[in-house]
Amino acid sequence: MMTLLILAVLVLGLMVVFRLSRVADLTNELRGSRQEHITERTNWLQGRLMWLFGAVYLILFVWLPYAYSDVFLPTAASEQGVWIDNMYTYNWWLLGIVFFLTNIALFYFAGRYYHRDGKRAFWYPHNNKLEMVWTVVPTVVLVATIIYGIIVWNRITAAPAPGTMQVEVYSKQFDWTFRYAGKDGKLGATDYRLINAENPLGIVTRKALAARLAGLKEEAAKATADRDAQAHVLPEDLLKEKDKDVAHLNRMVERLLGLQALMEQDIKDNGDNSTYLHGADDKVTKEFHLPVDTDVELLFRSQDVIHSAYLPHLRAQMNTVPGMTTRINIKPTITTDSMRVITNNSEFDYILMCNKVCGISHYNMQSPLTVETSGAFKVWNIVLPVFEKPGAATAQVAEPAAGTKEESAAQTEPGTNK
Amino acid sequence: MSAVVHPQAADNSGHAHADLHQHKQSFVSKYIFSHDHKMISKQFLITAIVMAWVAMIMSIMFRLQIAYPGESFAFTHFFLGDKWAPNGVLSPSMFLGLVTIHGTIMLFFVLTGGLSGTFANLLIPLQIGARDMASGFLNMLSAWFFMAASVMMLSSLFVESGPAAGGWTVYPPLSVLPQAIPGSGTGMTLWLFSMVLFIIGSLMGSLNYIATVLNLRTKGMRMTRLPLTVWGLFLTAIVGVLAFPVLVSAVVLLIMDRMLGTSFYLSEIYIAGEALDNMGGSPILYEHLFWFLGHPEVYIVILPAFGISSEIISTMSRKPIFGYRAMIGSLMAISFMSFLVWAHHMFITGMNPFLGAVFSFTTMLIAVPSSIKVFNYITTLWRGNIIFSPAMLFSIGMVSTFIVGGLTGIIVANAALDIQVHDTYFVVAHFHMVMGVSAIFAMMAAVYHWFPRMYGRMMNTKLGYWHFWGTMIAAYGVFIPMHYVGIGGGPRRYYEYTEFPMFQGHFMDLNVMITVFACMGGLMQIIFTYNFFHSIWYGQKAVENPWHSNTLEWTAPVEHVHGNWPGPLPVVHRWPYDYSKPGKPDDFVPQTVPLEEGEEDEGN
Ligand code: HEM
Ligand SMILES: [Cu+2]
Ligand SMILES: [Cu+2]
Repeated sequence: MMTLLILAVLVLGLMVVFRLSRVADLTNELRGSRQEHITERTNWLQGRLMWLFGAVYLILFVWLPYAYSDVFLPTAASEQGVWIDNMYTYNWWLLGIVFFLTNIALFYFAGRYYHRDGKRAFWYPHNNKLEMVWTVVPTVVLVATIIYGIIVWNRITAAPAPGTMQVEVYSKQFDWTFRYAGKDGKLGATDYRLINAENPLGIVTRKALAARLAGLKEEAAKATADRDAQAHVLPEDLLKEKDKDVAHLNRMVERLLGLQALMEQDIKDNGDNSTYLHGADDKVTKEFHLPVDTDVELLFRSQDVIHSAYLPHLRAQMNTVPGMTTRINIKPTITTDSMRVITNNSEFDYILMCNKVCGISHYNMQSPLTVETSGAFKVWNIVLPVFEKPGAATAQVAEPAAGTKEESAAQTEPGTNK
Repeated sequence: MSAVVHPQAADNSGHAHADLHQHKQSFVSKYIFSHDHKMISKQFLITAIVMAWVAMIMSIMFRLQIAYPGESFAFTHFFLGDKWAPNGVLSPSMFLGLVTIHGTIMLFFVLTGGLSGTFANLLIPLQIGARDMASGFLNMLSAWFFMAASVMMLSSLFVESGPAAGGWTVYPPLSVLPQAIPGSGTGMTLWLFSMVLFIIGSLMGSLNYIATVLNLRTKGMRMTRLPLTVWGLFLTAIVGVLAFPVLVSAVVLLIMDRMLGTSFYLSEIYIAGEALDNMGGSPILYEHLFWFLGHPEVYIVILPAFGISSEIISTMSRKPIFGYRAMIGSLMAISFMSFLVWAHHMFITGMNPFLGAVFSFTTMLIAVPSSIKVFNYITTLWRGNIIFSPAMLFSIGMVSTFIVGGLTGIIVANAALDIQVHDTYFVVAHFHMVMGVSAIFAMMAAVYHWFPRMYGRMMNTKLGYWHFWGTMIAAYGVFIPMHYVGIGGGPRRYYEYTEFPMFQGHFMDLNVMITVFACMGGLMQIIFTYNFFHSIWYGQKAVENPWHSNTLEWTAPVEHVHGNWPGPLPVVHRWPYDYSKPGKPDDFVPQTVPLEEGEEDEGN
């Protein structure tokens, strides 16, 4: 009802405006005035409006970030973030100055030089010296700015020192999983065909591969039997579907056999250095912790579509792309606890969020990040279950410890992605 | 006006006796199967206005959801019904669909088809003194393809599984896999085929514009005497011809991945409980192909806007455009460099960081010609004698929004800074300012300025003032706060921010502010639409050269004739910007007026 009323008022209002303008038009036309003939008075008015607009605009432009300053992110919580923030400061000053000068000139001239009858504009078609100045000066300033930018960029993206701690961040619709290296300090090989409930990241070990192969073969056999049993009762198109399924499963078996051969060869060639031997003690978890003041290399993979791992407080972001591994360096410098003090907010948490549209629940694909002292980190990390306990059949994925903050509502249990 | 003409120069497109062609035409041959560039330009404009309304209403619906998450709106329900807006609350999947189609329509259908299509068609032949386009038939086809593409894009809104919903960039694998998002089903197929139609139409148009500018200039119309509008539209066409085919190839490979089971963009995907067969493809390949068009595309949008605003600012300041040659030079530099910067959209895709450094550098350099343009606009205003027609107001507005957008461009061009704001609302604010609002303002300016040329009548000036100031306030009210939402870390394409404690309080107040101004901006366009359509039939009858302009289009009679000039073609003697030239009685000297003894021509 309310909306109808508002609508009616709006429509009526507009109709009145249009009618009035029409009446004004007709009377003006009778007086012989023409639309394109803009009086000096009108030009004066529009010029003053330019001034007014320019002034109000610039004032509000300053007021807005001042009044809404708590929208901005707190101080950068990583070494890389500090470099970025410093460069932002330089850029804001530079841009701010240019912004004010150009806008003041634009609105001032527009209002100042409104049309006066009988006056003539100044004939000024070009001035090569002036144009040279404003070609060269921006070029120099911009080149300097970008050299600064590239220096910082190169530092941020440099190859990590050997032995840097690696953590894997794994994305899928619509949650995050993390993997930490075990005692060997290395992350094991993965393959997406090994993904299932027990092995959400598809870690490849001899045992995991054998188990997956056995499972797949069984599936293939069952599918074949099923297809043959129904071969003469099913309509052709459904049968084709089944054929496709069987072929797919057989192909998968084929390829896993290939992978198995590859793995054995790699183990033979590289011995203990083979990545296929590093997976068993990896720790897969739904919780994201990082030690403070430690260089970390984050490795990113994706299960399904492109996501983006965005850590605004650390000024860090990297896309996760199916079929490839991406990476960044990060060195957190402020623990969650310290940040709670700094922001004066006892609930504060660093957030990892998805920043590349990835499906319906893109807006809620998040995970908190805990930055803690390396002592606390070790204590947390040491009790995480490993992927394959020596002797145990399959490993478990660590569930968030009781008492930690509720994760997003859309977060599914690992392995329920069927 | 047209002075003595040499017989062989009088006619350069074969319509020897243009006036004899004025036989009675049926409705169909006049309005639908028209080969006439003026009629085709109107077809483009009207289609674009319809599409712009659709896209704008979409933006208001998703803005309402962002600012008031979960609240019911009769407005939304009215347009989307129970399926996509149960209880008047926009559904998450339709939210993404609306965002995607809004971006696609605005960028391709309004600001590429609508802006270039309308004004290249109207202005190129008229401003260079040609009877029509090089090929009227191709031109007609181009308009048809544009309309067919529009219809197909709109039809995707009505399919069962919803329209394409992966963002206007339609990155794979999301856009390939219907398992990943329902919009990647039929809706995506329609999107892709609509784009193919659109590109075919656009290529036919562009080739025509290029051929026309190169071959059909009237006698005396050297390249250095072309109005900047023609330069802008001409370079746009060249960029389009070079860039759009690459998008076609990207789209064709995408179609093959979707329909034929190829793996150009797919590799190692496990989705919906199943490991897909595809191996060895790369989504990054798509991103490269896409942005090889995608970046030039934003210049396809802005170059005509530059041309239009240069022309109008000069005419209405009654002052030559400052640095005509530098303006042409910057247009050329921008067009050329627009092909060297595409990967600045990919700094954080995992591409080799060395490439990030290279593309940061090239991107920063493209800011130089852009800043030259801004300085030249401002100098043109300086000591001018400015007539504030609505077109002039919109042109000044265009310069001011371009300044904001250009400056924030220096932030996002810097790979290290982009890490922080990539895919946040800061980027959305940046590209709306620099491309969306600037180009829309230029388009509005062009409509007000050339309306008498198109329809033989004047638009209402007073309503134009209301429209301008309302739109200007709304545009800034929407997009300035949007920068802060992004600096605060607010990601784009989020259905709602309720799941994040950090995005409450003042953050949401900014979102409400944006939405309120967006609604205001939408309402302002009612004034424009009324003014436009009302003036087509009831506007004041136009005179031949209402703005006292120098360019050739104002030497043709108000009533459209086939072949543009009833007699011989006009002959050009000077550049188009002799405004307030010392020693002349009037403050304008049309291009058809011969040079006096010993007079210098700036366009030489
Ligand atoms: C009525 C005025 C407009 C409003 C209020 C508006 C608002 C928005 C908003 C809020 C988004 C981002 C949605 C999101 O990422 O969550 C968006 C996206 C976009 N808009 Fe607009 N817009 C307007 C006009 C325009 C114009 C004139 C253009 C022309 C260039 C344009 C082009 C785009 C594009 C290309 C996108 C990206 C779509 C995507 O993310 O795939 N918009 N618009
Ligand atoms: Cu995601
Ligand atoms: Cu770009």
